[in-house]
Amino acid sequence: MEPVNFSLAELNLPSLIPMIITVIGATFILLIDLVKKLDSGFFVTITMVTLGLNLGFLLNYSYDANGFFDMLLVDGLSILAQLVVVFGSMVFIPLALTSHRFKEFELGEYYAIFLYMIAGFQFMVSSDNLILIFVGLETSSLALYTLIALHKRDKSLEASVKYFVLGALAAALFAFGSMIFYGITGSIEINVMKEVILASDGANLGLLLLGSAFIIAALGFKLSLVPFHTWVPDVYEGSPAPLAGYISIIPKIAGFVIAIRLFEFLAGSPDGVVYTILWIGAVFTMTFGNILALVQDGVKRMLAYSSIGHAGFVMTAIVMGTTEANASLFLYWFLFLFTNLGAFTMLWMTRDPDVVWDDRYDHPYTKFAGMVYTSPVGAILMGIFMLSLAGIPPFALYWGKVFLITEAINSGHLVLGFIMAINSAISVYYYLKLIIYMFMKPHDDSLQELHPEKGSYPIKIVLGVSGVSVILLFLMIDPLMSYITTMLSSAGY
Amino acid sequence: MEHILSFLIFFPVVAALFGFVIHERSIKIYAITVASIEFLASLALWSQFDGASTSMQFAQQIPLIETYGISYFVGIDGFSLFMIILSTFMTLIALIGLTIDNKLKNLVASILLLEMTMIGVFCSLDGLLFYFFWEFSLIPMFYIVGYWGSGNKIYAAVKFFLYTFVGSLVMLFGMIYLAWMFKDATGEWSFSLLDWYRLQMPLSVQFWLFLAIGLGFAIKVPMFPFHTWLPYAHGQAPTIGSVMLAAVLLKMGTYAFIRFSLPILPDASVYMMIPMASVGVIMVIYGAMVAYAQEDMKQVIAYSSISHMGIIILGTFALNPEGISGAVFFMLSHGIISGALFMLVGVIYDRRHTKQISEFGGLASVMPKFALIFGIMLMASVGLPLTMGFVGEFLALVGFFAVSPIMTMFAGTSIILGAAYMLYLYKRSFFGPITVEANRSLKDLKANELSALVPLVLVVVWLGVYPKPVLGPIDVASKNLVNFMYSKAVDEDTKKALVKSNTIEKGVK
Repeated sequence: MEPVNFSLAELNLPSLIPMIITVIGATFILLIDLVKKLDSGFFVTITMVTLGLNLGFLLNYSYDANGFFDMLLVDGLSILAQLVVVFGSMVFIPLALTSHRFKEFELGEYYAIFLYMIAGFQFMVSSDNLILIFVGLETSSLALYTLIALHKRDKSLEASVKYFVLGALAAALFAFGSMIFYGITGSIEINVMKEVILASDGANLGLLLLGSAFIIAALGFKLSLVPFHTWVPDVYEGSPAPLAGYISIIPKIAGFVIAIRLFEFLAGSPDGVVYTILWIGAVFTMTFGNILALVQDGVKRMLAYSSIGHAGFVMTAIVMGTTEANASLFLYWFLFLFTNLGAFTMLWMTRDPDVVWDDRYDHPYTKFAGMVYTSPVGAILMGIFMLSLAGIPPFALYWGKVFLITEAINSGHLVLGFIMAINSAISVYYYLKLIIYMFMKPHDDSLQELHPEKGSYPIKIVLGVSGVSVILLFLMIDPLMSYITTMLSSAGY
Repeated sequence: MEHILSFLIFFPVVAALFGFVIHERSIKIYAITVASIEFLASLALWSQFDGASTSMQFAQQIPLIETYGISYFVGIDGFSLFMIILSTFMTLIALIGLTIDNKLKNLVASILLLEMTMIGVFCSLDGLLFYFFWEFSLIPMFYIVGYWGSGNKIYAAVKFFLYTFVGSLVMLFGMIYLAWMFKDATGEWSFSLLDWYRLQMPLSVQFWLFLAIGLGFAIKVPMFPFHTWLPYAHGQAPTIGSVMLAAVLLKMGTYAFIRFSLPILPDASVYMMIPMASVGVIMVIYGAMVAYAQEDMKQVIAYSSISHMGIIILGTFALNPEGISGAVFFMLSHGIISGALFMLVGVIYDRRHTKQISEFGGLASVMPKFALIFGIMLMASVGLPLTMGFVGEFLALVGFFAVSPIMTMFAGTSIILGAAYMLYLYKRSFFGPITVEANRSLKDLKANELSALVPLVLVVVWLGVYPKPVLGPIDVASKNLVNFMYSKAVDEDTKKALVKSNTIEKGVK
C-alpha cells in the first residue's frame, strides 16, 4: 500500500486562514456554551472579535492564492466578496443586542451557526471549483434556514420551510447544471471549463444551453431573479428585521460572485442565448420588483420587493460584463449594505413583540404615521434611508446608480441604461409613501406609540453609523473605486 | 471673495441646522436675519461682478470623483448673477411675509434648504452637481406642499415630485451620455460644463440629446403638455410654497435651457427653434384662456405663470441677444411679479380662508392699500410700460420678431389676453359694491405684509423705469452666448439661421 502523500504546500494554509478563524470562533462558542451559560453580549463580542480578525487578515492579502489542493482560489474577486461578507456580518450582528430579550439571541448555537454560515459564504466565493462552491452554498444556506427558524414564530417556521424547500430545489438544479458542464468539458474547475468551451467553438451547444439554464435557475433563486423570486417576501417577513436585512445583502453578493465567475464567459457575445436570457432576466427582475413593491401595505414586504428590484438593477452589471461594471456592482452593493442596514435597523427599533398594530403585518405603513412628532430624529433618519434607496443625490445609493448607468452607456448598452433610469423613477413612489406617512400624515393616537428611543445602545450606534455613512460616503467613492478596480483587474474580471 | 459662491450656497443650510436649537418663538426673526445676510452677500457679489467680462467669475473647482471627472465646480456669469439675487431676494421677502405658525422650525429649515438648492442650481458648472441641486430641491418643496398645504395636498406634492423626478432621470441619462461623448472624443471623463462647451457633435446626436435633457427642463418650466402638475402644486401649496415655486423654481427650467441646451447643442437648438417656439405660443394662448376661466384666484395666477413662461421660451429660442436678454430679464420680472401676486392672494386667504373670486367683490373700498398694490402688480404682470414686466416682454417679442413676425403677433396677444383675465379678476374682486357681508370687516395690510410687499413694488417700478444696471451684464452674456453658438455650430444651415435671426432686413446690426 502506497502512503498517500499530502503536500502541505498544496494545502497552502495561509489562503485558508480567514475561513479557519471563522470556524475556530464558531467551535469556540459551541464549546463554551457547553461548559458555561453566558449571555448574548458575550457571544456577540466573540463573534465580532472573530470577524474582526478575519477582516484584518483579508485586508492584508496581496496575492492570488491557490489553496486546498487547488480547490480554493483566493483572488481579488474573492477577497472583495469576503470583505463585503465579513464586514456586513460585523455590522449586522450587534443588532442581536436588543432590550427585548428574544429567545434565540441568548442561545450560543445562534452565533455558532451564524459564524459557520459566514465560513460557508467565504468558501463559496473563494473557489473556482464547482464542488467547493456547492459545498459552501449548501453550508451557508442550511445555516441560514436554521437561523430563520430559531425565531420560533409561526411566520418564521413557514418562512424557513419555504426557503428550505425552494433552496433544496435550487441546489439540485445547481448539481444538474454542474453535472452537465462536467460532462461537456471533463472538468469541474471553472477556468478549465472556460478554456474547453471557448476552444470547442459551438460543439455541444444544446447541452451547453441546458447546463446554463440549470445554473441560471439555481443562481437565479439565490439572486432573487424573476421568476425565482417568490420566496423573498415571505422569508423577509418571517425573519426578524436584522436577519432579513442580512439576507438582502450577504447571500446575494455571494451569488453575484458565482454569477460573475460563471456567466461572464458564457454571456460573452451579445448575440448569444445566455446573454439574452440574462438581459431579459435583469430587466424583468428590476421592473417586477419595483411594480410589486408599489402595491404593498407592509414596510418589510415593500423592502423585500425593493431588494428584488435592486438585485435586478445590479444584475445588469453581469450582463455588461466589463471590469468597470463589476467594480460598479461592488460599489453599489457596499452602499446598499449601509442603506439597507439603516432601514432594517429602524424597523428593528420599532419592533415590539407585545404590541399589535395590524393583524396582517408587523410593520404596516400606518404604524409610522406622524412619526416626525414622536421621534423626529428617527423619522429623519428613516427618511434619509428611503431617499438613498430611491436614488436621490447626495445620499449613498445614488452614486451606485450613477456609476452603473454610466457603465451601461460606456459599454454600449443604451437601452439597458435607459430602462435602469426609468426603473429608478418607478421605485421612488413606494419610498416616498413611507416618507409621506412619517412626515405628512397626522399621528394616530389610537395606535400604540412607537418608542424607538427604547432601543438599546448597540442598535442606536448601528443606526447612527449607517445614517452618517449614507450621508457622507460619497466623499469616499474615489478611494473605494480605485481599490475595487485594482482588485478586480488583478483577478482578471 | 473667491469663496463667496460656496458661502452663498452653504450658509443657509448651516444656519438651518443651527436653527434647531433656537426657540420656536424666535425662529422667524432668525430666519429673516439669515435671509438678510444671504441677500446682502448676493448684493456684494453684484458689486464685485465685472459687468463687461464674458468669462465665468468667482469660479471654484474641487474634484470629487476623479474617475469620472465629477467635481464641485461653481461660477457665475451675467445670467446666473441675477438669478442668484432673485433667489435670495425672494426668499427674504417670502420669509418676511410668512404667516404660518405651526411647526415653524421645520418650515424655516425647509425654506433655507430650498434656498441652498436654488443658488446651487444657478451657479453649478458641473453636470452632476447641477443634477444634485436640481433633484434635491424637490425634497423641501415636497415637504412644504405636502405638510403645510391645503386640500388635496399630498396628491399635489406626490404629483409634483414624481413628474419632475421622471423628467430629471431622463435628463440624467442625457447628461451621462453627454459625458460619455466627451470621453469618446477626448479619452477622459468630465462632467464639467466648460469642457462640454468645447464638444462638437453631429446634428443627429445633438437632436436626441436635446430631447433627453430638454424633457427634464421642459417639465420644470413647465412647458405644454407637461404642465399639469403646476395648477395642483400651486392650488394646494401654502403661500410661501407658491411664492418660492413661482419665483425661482420655475426659472430653473428656462435657465437650464440657456445654460445647457443652447451652448452645448447649438445645431439642435436651431433645428428645434420653431417647434419650441410653437409650444411657447401655445403656452401663451392656452395658459391665458384657461386662466380666464378659473374661479379660484390662485389658479388664475398659476395659469398666468404658464402663459408668461411661454414668452420666456419664445425669447430664448429667438437665438439673438434681444430675445435671450429679454427672456432672462423676463425671468427676473416674472419671479418678482408672480411672487408678489401669490403673496397678495395669500394676504386675502389669511383673512377669509377662501380663494374663490365669487366670495369677494368690492374689496377696494375696504382695503385700499391692498387694492393699490394688487393693481400695480397686476399692471406689471400685464406688461404695462414703466413697470418691469414691459421690458422683458417687449425685448423677448422684439427678438422673436426677427425670426417670425407672425408667431410674434400671436405671442403678442399675451399682452391683450393677460389684460383680459387680470382685469376681469380685478374687477370682480375689487370693484363694485360689497356683495359678501364678511368682506366688510376686513383689515387692510398689516405691517409685516406691507414690509414684504412694498420692496417688491419699488423694484418693479425702479427696474421698469431704469433697467440698465440689470440689463447690462445680461446683454453682455447674451451676446457672448450667441457668438459662441455661431462659432460652435457644426452645420452650415445653423449658421445661416443664426445670422438670419440676428440681422434686420435692409439694415445693419
